[in-house]
Amino acid sequence: MMNTSIPAPTSGTNGSLRQWIRQPRIAGVFILAYLVVFATILFKLDRANTLFPLWSSLAFPPFVISPFIIFSSPLSRRIKAGLILLVVLILMPLIGIYDGGYLELSIQIAIFSALALGLNIVVGFAGLLDLGYIAFFAVGAYIWAMFSETNVTTVWSVAGLIVPGWAFYLFIPVGVFAAALVGMLLGLPVLRLRGDYLAIVTLGFGEMIRVLARNLDQPYNLTNGTQGLSGVGRPPLPGFAVPLTANIGQAMGIQISNVEPVSQQLLFYFIAIILLALIIVIAQRLDNSPIGRAWTAIREDEVAAVAMGVPLVRMKLLAFASGAAFAGAIGVLFAAKNSFVSPESFSLDQSISILAMVIVGGLGGIRGVILGAIVVQLLNLQILVNFSLQINALKNIDYVIPIINFPIRNWPPQLEPAKYQRLVFGLLLILMTIFRPAGLLPEPRRKMEMRGRAPEPDELARLEEPAIAAEIDPKHANEG
Amino acid sequence: MLLEVKKLSKSFGGIKAVRDINLNIEPNSISSIIGPNGAGKTTFFNLMTGIYKADTGEINFNGKSLLGLRPDQVTAAGVTRTFQSIRLFANMTVLENVMVGMHTRLDISLWKTLIRPASFQQQEERVREKGRELLQFVGLAGKGDEVSRNLPYGDQRRIEIARALATDPKLILLDEPTAGMNPNESEDAMLLFRRIRDERGVTVVLIEHDMRVVMGISERISVLDYGEMIAEGTPEAIRANPRVVEAYLGRRAAGIEQEAAS
Repeated sequence: MMNTSIPAPTSGTNGSLRQWIRQPRIAGVFILAYLVVFATILFKLDRANTLFPLWSSLAFPPFVISPFIIFSSPLSRRIKAGLILLVVLILMPLIGIYDGGYLELSIQIAIFSALALGLNIVVGFAGLLDLGYIAFFAVGAYIWAMFSETNVTTVWSVAGLIVPGWAFYLFIPVGVFAAALVGMLLGLPVLRLRGDYLAIVTLGFGEMIRVLARNLDQPYNLTNGTQGLSGVGRPPLPGFAVPLTANIGQAMGIQISNVEPVSQQLLFYFIAIILLALIIVIAQRLDNSPIGRAWTAIREDEVAAVAMGVPLVRMKLLAFASGAAFAGAIGVLFAAKNSFVSPESFSLDQSISILAMVIVGGLGGIRGVILGAIVVQLLNLQILVNFSLQINALKNIDYVIPIINFPIRNWPPQLEPAKYQRLVFGLLLILMTIFRPAGLLPEPRRKMEMRGRAPEPDELARLEEPAIAAEIDPKHANEG
Repeated sequence: MLLEVKKLSKSFGGIKAVRDINLNIEPNSISSIIGPNGAGKTTFFNLMTGIYKADTGEINFNGKSLLGLRPDQVTAAGVTRTFQSIRLFANMTVLENVMVGMHTRLDISLWKTLIRPASFQQQEERVREKGRELLQFVGLAGKGDEVSRNLPYGDQRRIEIARALATDPKLILLDEPTAGMNPNESEDAMLLFRRIRDERGVTVVLIEHDMRVVMGISERISVLDYGEMIAEGTPEAIRANPRVVEAYLGRRAAGIEQEAAS
């Protein structure tokens, strides 16, 4: 079964090439070259260029996944950490100053990576399918929006409960606790359910929160209903931010037309990265602890887990609350960054998107989930959109595809790639389930679970004792 | 008495799976529960461990009632079990399986998990150490890092026992622990059951079909048939008990007058 660990006999150049590139020095040179090439393309790209969308989609995704390539390289840990920090803390912001679009994209990626990591605790670690995860994100977003917005007359503003922008930092923990509390309140009645039932109930809960947000403008205006809350507070910019951004821009030889929004975006970028880093550490520590082992045990066999002393309800509640807490923190950031919150940002679609990130990346693994978030977000926000932009740009210059002599002007608007987002997304998921069922970067345990296998005595016997699983729930037992 | 069960009953729909069972288990003993298939043995274990809720009756363990406790609370009280069908955490390593068993004996604090003070690391090290010691005890030394599903059947049974012992039990309920073993393996398993009692001071109750194991190891035997306790006693007494023979072999073979043919 474990034959994969035996290295294949090095077949000619291929094998030796692989060995050659695994040498730290060679790999280091390659990684540096990789970074230089893609960063340079991004720095040289000009939005006025006709082929900008194409080049941009070719260069940005490889750049964004460079931390993963660095991580899996044979370099020493210290160098790897240094390179990743270089990419995340220096190169990315610089590219962002050069072109704000990339900054926006990377903030979106960081936000959704964090959300996916939170959902991964519930679905990946504890094995509880939650289709209403976006609700906790909404709780965090609304908590901050309700108390900090300035444009709408709500109960809070009438009562003078409006907080200043700097309270943003206080509201991150508030969002954490609020979302965790809501998570527990939902979890208590629901966690006796399993599998499909749990999924449906959480789905309903997610919709409930959205509908609540939509309708809580009457009789007292709490959320301003469908119109949402605008003018949400933002953390104040530190004094050095604007001049620093302007100076860096000058040093790079570019004219930043409006420095303040760019610095604001940079601030959000760094907050998002800090939150993401914290969440990664927390997720890792949870996974690698008695709590994480208990979650895995519950996922593997609930009956055996409880018989070995794992308190099911408490552990499941903990998973629910921790996942929710992450979403709550990120929700606060999301509201501040968009400075606008409306119920439509928290639809079922979003819950499904986040779940797709977790599954595409690799259920249960931290690196995989982040990669999943990157891939899905890039597809949604950049690659498909850019293809459409590219076609339009070519239309504008009346480009004719040579050999087949097809004037791009005749490309029907119905066939714009951006309109096929969901289709491409669906295809991607189908292909994934066929070729990489355990995800792009599978977690080893999941890989084993997914691998085809002969029925084991355990499973055969489970067929003999189907009652046990149902009977563990005392309610069922009483009915039985 | 370590364990006193009085008038324990459980029905599923119209079927009385367990009817008015009385059972006493003395500390540091090895006893068996036997009976034909469907006699209610496993149901009895499930009642004991809180997986099923009893309809009526009492279960007193170590001076404390187990009735109404959740399975994890029963485990915390000192009763552990293995399953008739092996129920390992198949994709966890052998050592991880055993470590999960220690859950109720650990200080599980979210705060400590996140902050990782020295006490957290020490506890993890202790857990790992005790896990290795238990694996050695059941004869799986050095196999801790293997994925448990990759181990052969007999070893998986041993993992289950090690995992159950990790809960620090006073009483271990083994549900057909030698099922599917050849005579040699059964022999080894019996040795292990004795060592569980002798070296770790854990009282052992087995459900068993293999009569060589039952007769070879048990100090007391209880016989269940159709949910009822039809006999209880020493192996010799059970062997000679006509009702037991009848339950196992049928009336004619037991030499008792045959009922009207049907």
